[in-house]
Amino acid sequence: MAINWFKYSSPASFYSLAGKMIPVFVVASVILLVAGLYVGFFVAPTDFQQGEAYRIIFIHVPAAWMSMFLYVVMAFWAGIGLAFNTRLSSMFATAIAPTGAMFTFIALWTGALWGKPMWGTWWVWDARLTSELILLFLYIGFMSLQAAIDDPRRADKAGAIIALVGVVNIPIIYFSVQWWNTLHQGASVSVNQAPSMATTMLMGMLIMVLASWMYSIAVILKRTRVIILERESHTAWVAELRKKEAVR
Amino acid sequence: MLQGMSLACVRGDRELFTDINFSLEAGGLMQVSGPNGSGKTSLLRMLCGLSNPAAGEIRWCGTAIRSLGGDYLAAMTYIGHLSGTKDDLTAIENLRISSALAGSEINATQANDALRYMGLGGRETLPVKVLSQGQRRRVALARLLVCKTALWILDEPLVALDVMAVQLIQELLEQHLKQGGMVVMTTHQEIDITAVSIMQLQLA
Amino acid sequence: MWIIKRDLLLAVRRQSDVLTTLFFFIIVVSLFPLSVGPEMNMLRTMAPGVVWVAALLASMLSLGRMFSNDYLDGTLEQMLLSPQSLSLLVLGKALAHWLVTGVPLVLMAPVLGIQYDLPVDALFVLTVTLLLGTPVLSLIGAIGAALTLGLRGGGVLVSLLVLPLYIPVLIFGAGAVEANMAGVGFDAHLSLIGAFLLVSLVFAPWAAASSLRVSLE
Repeated sequence: MAINWFKYSSPASFYSLAGKMIPVFVVASVILLVAGLYVGFFVAPTDFQQGEAYRIIFIHVPAAWMSMFLYVVMAFWAGIGLAFNTRLSSMFATAIAPTGAMFTFIALWTGALWGKPMWGTWWVWDARLTSELILLFLYIGFMSLQAAIDDPRRADKAGAIIALVGVVNIPIIYFSVQWWNTLHQGASVSVNQAPSMATTMLMGMLIMVLASWMYSIAVILKRTRVIILERESHTAWVAELRKKEAVR
Repeated sequence: MLQGMSLACVRGDRELFTDINFSLEAGGLMQVSGPNGSGKTSLLRMLCGLSNPAAGEIRWCGTAIRSLGGDYLAAMTYIGHLSGTKDDLTAIENLRISSALAGSEINATQANDALRYMGLGGRETLPVKVLSQGQRRRVALARLLVCKTALWILDEPLVALDVMAVQLIQELLEQHLKQGGMVVMTTHQEIDITAVSIMQLQLA
Repeated sequence: MWIIKRDLLLAVRRQSDVLTTLFFFIIVVSLFPLSVGPEMNMLRTMAPGVVWVAALLASMLSLGRMFSNDYLDGTLEQMLLSPQSLSLLVLGKALAHWLVTGVPLVLMAPVLGIQYDLPVDALFVLTVTLLLGTPVLSLIGAIGAALTLGLRGGGVLVSLLVLPLYIPVLIFGAGAVEANMAGVGFDAHLSLIGAFLLVSLVFAPWAAASSLRVSLE
């Protein structure tokens, strides 16, 4: 059974395909979110060391994972767009950035909320926190560069270059910060989670990770659709679409 | 030699032109004309490889210029709207540097001769910023005297030049064409050049 | 490489540009004691970080000039049309930028270090790290400068793009001096900065050249 995947690389067919897929992901993400939060807040046992405060990790850990993963995915699609001159992959990369930045922000925010009861301070210059902060800077750089460029084609390509440069640099930055952190062992506390975790905790976390996935896909597809409409507003198929919408 | 095949240009949402075809042989002159904003400069920038056509292909001696890269650039000279001269450098420094950049280094005597021919005798060692608009243009165009390229792409070369200089440039172009060179240019002025073939490309 | 010669010649004709960068560096470093107090022990521990951050900012501020003047007068266009490799031209321009902005900072750093009462061997290490690290700043900066060419608010934007990428150099540059003052070896730091320099020598000109092509299209 061969599916012609290239068919969906044209913005027009992607637009309608994405339109059909979005509701599925929205429903999935809502169900998983409710289930995950329920498991996380009511089923999972209280941690004997950290008390109830640890429950923030059900949001914090998925957000942190997503933030890093989405940057790589974004750079991947931007790079594809640059190399093969495919408009859709560049639009996709642009659509990923705000979601990635949001997860980075949530990870930082919830990290601070967790840090206050755990370490008695909102912020420590821990290697992970610092790297996450730098990741936020990279997202912001990508988005502001694209926002500053009027010509969408140039914005795509320029964004791709800075995203790729960022991806090459992330391991270097992470390693540098890690090293810097061990050098300055002062007030900092290790953020390492307890090695063994109750099964229900793990379950809750995994469900939340899945929920974040579904949410991200839904939002990114939606945003890609909007970008497609903006960029293709002069084409025949968008005009057709507009006519149809008007009739409805 | 230089061929454009169904070229199209898109700026933002607007299509500037579509389906432009031409073929320029050795000794041929192509004059691109059209109202402001019709895409003359965009077309010339495409022809020299600064930007990519939205559709179509440009070929030099039968090969796409994309794949030729440096070999094409070595056979082509582009003089655009911007003079490409540095204000803080003297005319002679400018000429020598831009020639070196284009891959053919020249000595001081050659540069001096070229500038004198362009009517800039006595001003060779002045920084370009004290020269007039027309004189700067002459410094830029002096490159044509010292380059050994076959294809010249000139964007409004006659702007800001006086009658004498226009005459000078026309002679220069005529001679280049006689030797089998090629010229693509835009101009709003009437030109009087004899050549093997003269083409008009009208952009809407 | 005559492109280096050209940029140096231009810098000589416009000395004020070079001097403003240098004075910016001096002023920023001198502001810190005024803001945190003249206590020598604290200043000594702060010195490497302060000098490095100031060098980062000074080098970044001068990035705007790397391509934008050439962009405005059309010489950049001619560089793109040169049959020579654009990456090599960019490398030449980045080296010229370093000679004009980086080297004066390196030469000035020991003097500023004395203000902060750094011991002699720490001054030496500081100078060496800056000598190895500032070319990296110019090279990575070239990418940012090329990407923001001709954009509104390009100056601020370039800092957003480039400063996060400067972090490793900052960490190891300042770290080397601190390690030296703490009596630990700093060889590892120096070799890492050297490695950054090599990596950026290979990749940055190429990335900046592609950025220029994108920006001029």
